[in-house]
Amino acid sequence: MDLSAINPVLFVAGFLIAATPLIFAALGELVVEKSGVLNLGVEGMMIMGAICGFATAVETGSPLLGFAAAALGGALLSLLFAFLTQITLANQVASGLALTLFGLGFSALLGQSYVGIKPPRLAEVNFGPLHDIPVIGPILFSHDIILYLGFALVVAVWAMLKFTRAGLILRAVGESHDAAHALGYKVVRIRTLAIMFGGACAGLGGAYISLIRVPQWTEGMTAGVGWIALALVVFASWKPWRLLLGAYLFGGITQLQLNLQGAGVAIPVEYLAMSPYIITILVLVVLSADKSSAPASLGRTFHASS
Amino acid sequence: MKLSTLLASAALAIGLAGGAYADDKTKVGFVYVGPVGDGGWTYEHDQGRLAVEAEFGDKVETVYVENVAEGPDSERVMTQMALDGADLIFTTSFGYMDPTINVAAKFPNVKFEHATGYKRADNVSTYSARFYEGRAIQGHIAGKMTKSNIVGYIGSFPIPEVIRGINSAFIHAKKVNPDVEFKIIWAYTWFDPAKEADAANVLIEQGADVVLQHTDSTAPQAAAQEAGNVITFGQASDMGQYAPMPRVSSIIDDWAPYYVARTKAVMDGTWASTDTWDGIGAGMVGIGEITDAVPADVKAEALALKASIADGSYHPFTGPLKKQDGSDFLAEGETADDGTLAGMNFYVEGITGDIPN
Repeated sequence: MDLSAINPVLFVAGFLIAATPLIFAALGELVVEKSGVLNLGVEGMMIMGAICGFATAVETGSPLLGFAAAALGGALLSLLFAFLTQITLANQVASGLALTLFGLGFSALLGQSYVGIKPPRLAEVNFGPLHDIPVIGPILFSHDIILYLGFALVVAVWAMLKFTRAGLILRAVGESHDAAHALGYKVVRIRTLAIMFGGACAGLGGAYISLIRVPQWTEGMTAGVGWIALALVVFASWKPWRLLLGAYLFGGITQLQLNLQGAGVAIPVEYLAMSPYIITILVLVVLSADKSSAPASLGRTFHASS
Repeated sequence: MKLSTLLASAALAIGLAGGAYADDKTKVGFVYVGPVGDGGWTYEHDQGRLAVEAEFGDKVETVYVENVAEGPDSERVMTQMALDGADLIFTTSFGYMDPTINVAAKFPNVKFEHATGYKRADNVSTYSARFYEGRAIQGHIAGKMTKSNIVGYIGSFPIPEVIRGINSAFIHAKKVNPDVEFKIIWAYTWFDPAKEADAANVLIEQGADVVLQHTDSTAPQAAAQEAGNVITFGQASDMGQYAPMPRVSSIIDDWAPYYVARTKAVMDGTWASTDTWDGIGAGMVGIGEITDAVPADVKAEALALKASIADGSYHPFTGPLKKQDGSDFLAEGETADDGTLAGMNFYVEGITGDIPN
């Protein structure tokens, strides 16, 4: 065992990066579910974002344009879901699963000529002297802009849901679409916007994997992050700050167990490998003892005539 | 009553027609653990499938299902293939072993071929390649080229196949560099690019300047390229897009001749349950081009090692060797038999850490 092999600064930087795709995808889904829609297509929208972002970044040479394209790609795919569930009133669970399958297949088709290419690198944000502070500098002030955007988005969504009129309307639609409709709010329009926001966020999360975390394009490369994001929303009781905590816990413990394995710590590897799932679930279950529950209209279809 | 009779006979007629149709084409199914575009393991199996199509043209029909989870779900996929009239089914991952045996028992007329496993039946063959021969060459190059004397190794699952590769690489790295140390991380996945890249990054952060992988995607190569000054080896496929650095060589699986021969055997009616385990000599394991990032003398030694393994004059597991716990494994000059290799569940002396159960 040689714990000195683990560099804590690199470890923290590593887990912030590992958690970011999860934060984006889960936060987007949180907003969607707050509006009363269950979209199981997160994985499909992420992988679409991963390829749209990758292809655009490679073609234009600009990673930021890549991320913009990833958000757009995710949002466009989610429009398909919005059309199916909001206009044709299809079953949300089935439509979401179909979206995932479609996204995985379509992204593989789009990505055929991008295998084995190295994407342009997104530069770190220049914080000037802050970057040179020992320990804190490399941990907090040496990342790309998208990572900070993820954090800012958590704050923004929390503030929006809690303090703004828009947030109140969104929650009203999610709790009782009939009441919201009776008050004159456009339920379908609001939900469609929420679904598109969720798609854009998932797309950003996917592109963060293909442009920053790996960085390359491989078919099916999101490999289940979308499903973890879905679970995280539930375990975080639909609360942005808990979601952030859960994502950091999950990313952190995943990263920690890899580090401990490398350092040869004498804990059986099987336990290390399952620890991220178990600890994240345990912590969030304990936190959610306050009986906060799902939006009341979650997963129910709405039609103005009913 | 009449209606049901009518329906039954119609169904029978359709069934017969379907059977007749299936008979003039040999239908070959493939079950893949990852996507065909993984650039590694599954990609090479799919190349084998395409070779079968190219060889027999419209006399065969091939089908494949990708991203099939190991375990019970694979049983469903195999059953569906068999019901759809497949004559021969290749199941291409270790974790399909028991499902293959189970499904094969239900379809005695369908031939099954399971890769890298050890359970056979009258209609189930096994086949694998001696990847550990290629690992010996990687170990040699790794031992010669590491400056930090730390070699990182990304394992997938602790099965004999992977453990054999670790041992073979370690023995040959140690032989040329007594100070070498292996850091092993088990990813518990065959294909998860993000996790594979994370594992590679952790190994590099902990001082490794050589990263070997036994997972299927090219993500560790991308991570090494990003880090710079780290060398890697292509796994299962050439991964030549990462040459000359970080990828300095590779193990390439060549399944095409085997798949063509087995399909031919089914067509001719000569198929029998066998156990095939071929290596560099037979061409099932290829060594990808060693790039100029490797010094010329090291390259020459590696090629000599390859030649001696290919012609059978050298076996990568040749004594004296001890097990990790210090007990004797092989005496001076003794080589490991295939039974020991197939069930290998221990590290050789010098590797630190325990094998997970």
